[in-house]
Amino acid sequence: MKAFARLVYALDSTNKTSQKMMAVHVFLNEADDKDKLWLLALFSGKRPKRTVSTKLMREWVLETTGLPEWLFQESYSSVGDLGETLSLLLPPPKGYWDYSLAEWMHRIRALEFTSEEDKRNFVLQAWDNLPHQERFLFNKLLGGSFRLGISAKGLINAISSYYGLEPSAVSHSIMGEWEVEESAFEELVHGHYVDNNLSKPYPFCLAYPIEDVEETLKDLSQWQIEYKWDGIRGQLIKRKDEIFIWSRGEELVTSQFPEIVVEVAQWKGDFVLDGEILAISNGEILNFTALQKRLNRKVLSKKILSEVPVGMYVYDILEYRGVDLREWAMDRRRALLEKLIRNNPSTQIHLSPVIAEKSLGQLKVIREEARQINSEGLMLKHKKSVYHVGRKKGDWWKWKIDPLTIDAVLIYAQKGSGRRSSYYTDYTFAVRDGDKLVTIAKAYSGLTDKEIQEVSRFVNKNAIEKFGPVRTVKPLLVFEIAFEGIGWSSRHKAGVALRFPRIVRWRKDKTVEEIDDLASIKKLIH
Amino acid sequence: MEIMQHRGMKKYLCHHFSVPILQSRLGPDITVEGIGFNETIVINGVRVSFHPAGHVVGSAQIRMEYKGKVVVVSGDYKLQDDGLSTPFEPIRCHEFVSESTFGLPIYQWNDIDKQEEELRQWIAHNQSYGRTSVFVGYSLGKAQRILKAVADVAPTYVHHSIHRINQAYESIGIELPKYEVLDFREDIKYVDQGIVVLPPAMIESKVIKKIPNMSYAICSGWMTVRGARRWRSADAGFALSDHADWNDLLKAIRSTEAEKIYITHGQTTIFSKYLCELGYEAEEVMTAYGEEESNAIELEGNV
Repeated sequence: MKAFARLVYALDSTNKTSQKMMAVHVFLNEADDKDKLWLLALFSGKRPKRTVSTKLMREWVLETTGLPEWLFQESYSSVGDLGETLSLLLPPPKGYWDYSLAEWMHRIRALEFTSEEDKRNFVLQAWDNLPHQERFLFNKLLGGSFRLGISAKGLINAISSYYGLEPSAVSHSIMGEWEVEESAFEELVHGHYVDNNLSKPYPFCLAYPIEDVEETLKDLSQWQIEYKWDGIRGQLIKRKDEIFIWSRGEELVTSQFPEIVVEVAQWKGDFVLDGEILAISNGEILNFTALQKRLNRKVLSKKILSEVPVGMYVYDILEYRGVDLREWAMDRRRALLEKLIRNNPSTQIHLSPVIAEKSLGQLKVIREEARQINSEGLMLKHKKSVYHVGRKKGDWWKWKIDPLTIDAVLIYAQKGSGRRSSYYTDYTFAVRDGDKLVTIAKAYSGLTDKEIQEVSRFVNKNAIEKFGPVRTVKPLLVFEIAFEGIGWSSRHKAGVALRFPRIVRWRKDKTVEEIDDLASIKKLIH
Repeated sequence: MEIMQHRGMKKYLCHHFSVPILQSRLGPDITVEGIGFNETIVINGVRVSFHPAGHVVGSAQIRMEYKGKVVVVSGDYKLQDDGLSTPFEPIRCHEFVSESTFGLPIYQWNDIDKQEEELRQWIAHNQSYGRTSVFVGYSLGKAQRILKAVADVAPTYVHHSIHRINQAYESIGIELPKYEVLDFREDIKYVDQGIVVLPPAMIESKVIKKIPNMSYAICSGWMTVRGARRWRSADAGFALSDHADWNDLLKAIRSTEAEKIYITHGQTTIFSKYLCELGYEAEEVMTAYGEEESNAIELEGNV
């Protein structure tokens, strides 16, 4: 497991993509085949199910060390990671078991059918035969979440650059039902087990924020104006009766949106469409808070499928009957897209409408009111533009509505996890509700490291109560919070949820008397 | 000794070894008097003596005796013998005031030999990739330990603030390995693939970027925790500390045989609570110089 431990340590040690990539390359050079497969399996969510509960692991550590439960809790909240805390609390190892990652995984999987006593013996012995870094990884392998310094996407990029392959091809190659025991690494990543060509997506064409509206739209007739939708950008592929949906992060998300797959399966012909995945109920686009309930679920229950049906607003066509159309002009692609949709009427896949208003003044009004139909502004696309790879200035612009902002007061602070575990980085803010304060949002980012240190010092000096890692602080610091949208929510005490809340700035000039109140915030909801 | 970090006392009393260090830090004009370890003086009827604390050179615990009652104030201390400071000496007393910087059981140091070996292995690893090894550690105490650990491995360069402390060390007869002083105003490409030792404040500075092919490691007890290392995006972190770890704090307190323990500086609440559970009479004391949790927030002040 040494090569794997070195990889994890190296990934931890840098924020630079190039160095993370190099660390993966070193691993691909020195690790053996099965270990590489396990790396893929672990990072792509194919890890085996947990065979030893964290509850038992905690009990065994307390037994071994004789420490009281509360001291364990304090240690955990200081470290911010359970597997690491357990490893740090244990006494130094007496020996060393030199197994490969695959051997460890094999042994860990074998635990599934053993008694608690056998599990205990194995885990205690493993702890006593691994130095800290490997012991920590062993704890992670036993079943914790496996987020270790690189995203699944980053890993795929590193592997594809190592072999000179397309990232999207590798992405598709490693999807599906392969088993470590029955696969060979190089064949897997080279796509020997799947047909990559069928799923191959195109890079998304991206827009820049508009700089000078008047200047850009001087000749309005040259522009196709659409609403900008607040959902998930998606590429919908249908080739040879197989359907794939890619997210903008080049992740295959097909299985998350069965309604779209069912409908598009009825359509004739092969095509690649670009559009926005949205929660759509009875033809109406729902607030993004609804779509959020659908995302990243392991199982989609009947209940959630009926409560939040998902559909797509499509606005571009990139391929038709196997022909790449990206060099066609926008208006020509649009005409074909309209025809395709006309021929395939459906309830969940819609054509994103073109706004026909003829003056800039009218457009400004439409933009201002966009939030009422859960749109986040307008898209301006030049009618003669090709479908660019990535971001290119001049042809596509986004003209977003201004974010909403409120002033709120800091009431809870919590230490970050991982890299930020020594500082208070996670804040909860409140607004006024009559003569009380009510929590309105949590925000993690937007402050500089220096400001985070300053807030941390404030928290240390002004903590009123301690709940594990959370500190209640005197309501004194006022921050301006920006957000993209707001919706009703039964999960939040205030009854509302903010979309993308973030700290704009620290309002050192304001006092808690000057923060916003809940009643006026609720008026923002449409 | 804590006093050293706080400028502006009228008069200083410290161990002989600390005199040049205080002068180096605070200026040559301060009023400072040196005293030996185990040498008793009487102040207002209180018998006062200094005893090695093992934190850095000259750092002392202070023993005070009045009418048969003995109180010892530890200051910062460590039990591990770093080969440079006079090793910690347990003093029997009635009341013991202990620091608790690393008063959590997650902090357990490796043996000094193993720590030093890890530094050398890291240098070898860097050399195999053509990289320069930069160590970041507090200029008083830590920097000298790093120099000692990496002696004769590769050409070694230090920041001038470390050089000043080194001179103070040498003036009291402590020999340090050979090094050169690095002048960041000049072209410093020649340090390539060598060893550079810098104080923590330099991490934030721009001049550090002048070092070619740099990998940098922070040497501090806080580096035990993965998150602390990642926060700084250091290439490596070594838990090399001048404070006692969890087990040594407990051991030091046991060895004083004190009836009453006062805990200050660091994990005061947690550590005093645990001591009470162990059957000690312990309580925390708030001081002007310690915050509730002084963690890595002030990396400069307390490493």
